[in-house]
Amino acid sequence: MAIAKEQLDSAEKRVLQIVSRYGANEEHLLQILHDVQADDNSLSEAELIQVARAMDIPLSRVYGVATFYSMYSVRPRGKFIIRICESAPCHITGAQSVIRAFEQALGIKMGETTKDRKFTLEYTSCLGVCGVAPAVMINDRVYGNLTPDKVQEVLSACEND
Amino acid sequence: MEFFRSHVLVCSGVNCSFRGSRSVRAALVEEIRAQGLDKEVRVIETGCFGLCEAGPVMVIYPEAVHYCRVVPDDVKEIVEEHLRKGRIVDRLLYKGEAQVKGVQTWRQIDFYSRQKRVVLRNCGLIDPDSIDEYIAREGYEALGRALRMQPMEVIQAVKDSGLRGRGGAGFPTGLKWDFTARAAGDQKYLICNADEGEPGTFKDRLILEGDPHSVIEGMAIAAYAIGASKGFIYFRGEYKLSIDRLTHALEQARAYGLLGKNIFDSGFSFDIEIKVGAGAYVCGEETALINSMEGKRGEPRFKPPYPASVGLWGKPTCVNNVETLANIPSIIRQGADWFRSIGTAKCPGTKVFTLTGNINNAGLIEVPMGITLREVVYDIGGGIPHGRAFKMAQTGGTSGGCLPEALLDVPMDIDSLATAGSALGSGALMIMDDSHCIIDVVKCFLQFFRHESCGQCTPCREGTQRLYELVDKISRMEATEKDVELIRRLARTMEDASLCALGQTAPFPVLTTMRFFPEEYEAHIVHGMCPAGVCAAASQIA
Ligand SMILES: Cc1cc2nc3c(=O)[nH]c(=O)nc-3n(C[C@H](O)[C@H](O)[C@H](O)COP(=O)(O)O)c2cc1C
Ligand code: FES
Repeated sequence: MAIAKEQLDSAEKRVLQIVSRYGANEEHLLQILHDVQADDNSLSEAELIQVARAMDIPLSRVYGVATFYSMYSVRPRGKFIIRICESAPCHITGAQSVIRAFEQALGIKMGETTKDRKFTLEYTSCLGVCGVAPAVMINDRVYGNLTPDKVQEVLSACEND
Repeated sequence: MEFFRSHVLVCSGVNCSFRGSRSVRAALVEEIRAQGLDKEVRVIETGCFGLCEAGPVMVIYPEAVHYCRVVPDDVKEIVEEHLRKGRIVDRLLYKGEAQVKGVQTWRQIDFYSRQKRVVLRNCGLIDPDSIDEYIAREGYEALGRALRMQPMEVIQAVKDSGLRGRGGAGFPTGLKWDFTARAAGDQKYLICNADEGEPGTFKDRLILEGDPHSVIEGMAIAAYAIGASKGFIYFRGEYKLSIDRLTHALEQARAYGLLGKNIFDSGFSFDIEIKVGAGAYVCGEETALINSMEGKRGEPRFKPPYPASVGLWGKPTCVNNVETLANIPSIIRQGADWFRSIGTAKCPGTKVFTLTGNINNAGLIEVPMGITLREVVYDIGGGIPHGRAFKMAQTGGTSGGCLPEALLDVPMDIDSLATAGSALGSGALMIMDDSHCIIDVVKCFLQFFRHESCGQCTPCREGTQRLYELVDKISRMEATEKDVELIRRLARTMEDASLCALGQTAPFPVLTTMRFFPEEYEAHIVHGMCPAGVCAAASQIA
């Protein structure tokens, strides 16, 4: 699929700025992708092409990295990424019912994004906060000790952000 | 220096933060000021106390009174009663399951009194943002001492201590340092592995947040011993708070000349850089971690060569876990004999465990190696909540083994757990009560592996997927004896032929549960029923 020149141009400036912050050395690729993704929680094709150009790394390599790690996404995602832990300690303290409550409250299934592009529901492996299981992480913030009743409260906290 | 008659230590560890410790702290500062006590009482944010289940937790010194589950509305009473009038607020004290009367000081609580704190010696006692408080508790003394020794003497001291890696594999730390020190090459690297992705593990994060300088000091000593001038801490991308705290601690250490050029005028120079991952469990494996640090996909490398000879950018590299490194300053300061006096002969020292699942005192503990599982679950962990019965303990995280009640007296150390058919691993300890189904939770473990398999080698990529499907078939009551045989054969292939320990250990939870809970498999396969009633309910919903 050909990609529009405007998209490439608009990604170029931002990507160059970010790359110059760290340097074009390949070791900084992960950090650079984190920063490039920060604006809309996803890495567009145009952005990946510009990263490859700016760092002089084959696009296939950049794409390979962007799809290897679960914190990156090459598909559009919502403003808030709700990552629900499905590892065992959360599983046995009620993660399933929390998952269903999020799905119901937002009217989407796990892996989907709401129509208004506000929320995305994703599974995640253990977040390292099992002391307060079941837990979810929404963007940088973690919420613990969740029950189905608390889901609405958590969503409202995002809305007011 | 100012003097305060009372210090209030409020836990700011992640778990307490999610329970609202920040607003409690803010309310406390405000109330103390309002009552005009701000010249007499100081509020300090400190690292995790470990009793996360009862958070937010605070301890008031000099009395060492321990309050649990404090909410902002309690603050006025604490200031008025305790700080002003010296009267303890009974209702906020810790109460064990059977106790009616609260326990006052934290040292009296079983949860703490049964522990032995070496790695966590400062957690909950000092302000982790203050290097001065760390130094006041003998901090950086060990580094000064190590720099007056020969590197080989430092390595010998660590060898003599018998310290074994706390990241999962249990490899002797002194030996690993020796290999790296002897490897050919001028440029060598030290990496602190803070990827911590094993489900049920959160110790490294709380160590780094509660006492960051113990890890920095341990790293500086390790680097001196192996001859590295550059160190890295590789964090998982999700650990934002830890990264901020550590960045601050590194700046302080540099400002004090404890990192940088010519440390303590010894001619030794060393600095540390932070690297951040992006979400992949396999990156905790040391060679995958190295690939990730180089900006590549985090796929494990074939071993040998080991990182000690060919590591980061092809240079000799030593990778150590956070907890391993946090043990080093105490070993150098107090000696190998002291360290060997703790724990077991083959496995000296302590181990930090994270208690999760169906247990009253979920949280972080540190105990001597060799303590029994029963003591951890019942004496320290406070037993199983809601009057339910113990069913299973999984030690070592998702790639660890699942132990039944009959094995509650197994000593918790690397060798004893391996003999019992499980693993110590990272120190994750998940307790499950009798309301859960073994098949259902094994399916959850396998879901983890099929998601986290990096896809590089076939036995692991295909094996984790097929194992999941087979166990799913059992949970749907559609499996036969033939499938069990298939699971065994598949498991053997994965153990023998996978490239890294992820695929090699993925069948472990299936095999240990087949061994220790055969009746549960039989019920699903032969009798078509789930004794806990979990699988049946799940299939009705689906
Ligand atoms: C799949 C996999 C994940 C691992 N994850 C971690 C981890 O999160 N943290 C860690 O310290 N070691 C982890 N390890 C072990 C490391 O490969 C390595 O043995 C360890 O960091 C060495 O440090 P130590 O000798 O101090 O234990 C993992 C190993 C495997 C196979
Ligand atoms: S298992 Fe969910 S946060 Fe660890």
